[in-house]
Amino acid sequence: MMKYKDYYEILGVARDADADAIKTAYRRLARKYHPDVSKEKNAEAKFKEMAEAYETLKDPEKRAAYDQLGRHAPGEDFRPPPDWGQHFAQGQGGFDDIDFADLFAGLAGRQGRASGPRADRAMAGSDYEAVVRLSFDQAFHGTEIDFTLSALEWSPDGSMRRVPHRVKTRIPRGVTDGEKLRVPGKGGKGINGGPDGDLYLDIEVTAHPLYRVSGRDLYVDLPLAPWEAVLGTSVNLPTPGGSVALRVPAGTRAGQQLRLAGRGMARGGGTPGNLLAIARIEVPTTLDDRQRALYRELSEISNFNPRAQLDEETAR
Amino acid sequence: MNVATDDAVRLDSVTEITWTQLVGACAMPEVELRELVAYGALVPRDPDAPTWTFEARALVVARTASKLRHDFELDAHGVSVVLSYVERIEQLQSEIRRLRAQMG
Repeated sequence: MMKYKDYYEILGVARDADADAIKTAYRRLARKYHPDVSKEKNAEAKFKEMAEAYETLKDPEKRAAYDQLGRHAPGEDFRPPPDWGQHFAQGQGGFDDIDFADLFAGLAGRQGRASGPRADRAMAGSDYEAVVRLSFDQAFHGTEIDFTLSALEWSPDGSMRRVPHRVKTRIPRGVTDGEKLRVPGKGGKGINGGPDGDLYLDIEVTAHPLYRVSGRDLYVDLPLAPWEAVLGTSVNLPTPGGSVALRVPAGTRAGQQLRLAGRGMARGGGTPGNLLAIARIEVPTTLDDRQRALYRELSEISNFNPRAQLDEETAR
Repeated sequence: MNVATDDAVRLDSVTEITWTQLVGACAMPEVELRELVAYGALVPRDPDAPTWTFEARALVVARTASKLRHDFELDAHGVSVVLSYVERIEQLQSEIRRLRAQMG
């Protein structure tokens, strides 16, 4: 069952607002909530809602069709009046498997193309978009995804219907969070010989507890004991492609980056990014008497001054 | 029912697309896409070539332009201006991600 949406309330205008008032209200809200520039919470969902409202109310025919539905409480379970479909909906299809916004999607408007497929005109199929959520490992190694999305399509009887559309796609290795992929020809079917639309995938990658991604490079913290940083050592470092023995040179400083070339995210047709291990000097917090005595002896005989620059500044 | 597995194509700077493919994949009229090239929002690999080709990521830019044109009811010039700000935001976000990745 579809839920009623009060488009006038969503745009913050009166039900008898004129076209200019509706346009101004939309533009004010678009500036605030457009997902490409807004930092507002739930901007994308809010923009989708107000854009849907504007798409209907800006067009006189769609607005008239919407007003004929009558006024209802937002969110109320809703079904168009029995004769509404004959006047405004294309074809004789029911309303059981479409959303509220889909009621108006097929209507002609002065600004829109003619509604429905025409036997004398080829039309390209719609492009579909879907969000694909991957784990870090799936993104790093590549994977296959298999899911079904609900797509809005023209039926042979001229009505619009939501139909299941199965997607089975190979995701290449090395995709990153926010990346977009295209599956050519896997969108909506073309009509009257028009080309099929494409499927666009928005990739979201879950953060890994160890590896941090920046472009093609990966960063990982490398905790070291003070003596390891001073004297150098060899450590077993986990990488997404398996553990490697990493040589830590003597005199490694805190924050120093040790580069493992080619161990980052794959790059299509090019060399992969790098894995950078960032040295973090950890100090023991509990010492026995001998350990404390050794540290004290070291502090007395060492000339090392880590605050030389600060002392110079203080002396000025 | 057996469904064939398709390959998703990366829209990056390595893969190449033609002008025809770019026009076919956008909701914007060709004449407005040409204006975006004229304003520098879309950059062909060789502007002097008789047939333009683009990095595949130009498709992301063109689709963003289509969306901005529709959402904000802008002309091609307005779209190219907004695109430059969107690009700057993306550069800054990328820099923030890099710094956060380094800081841990």
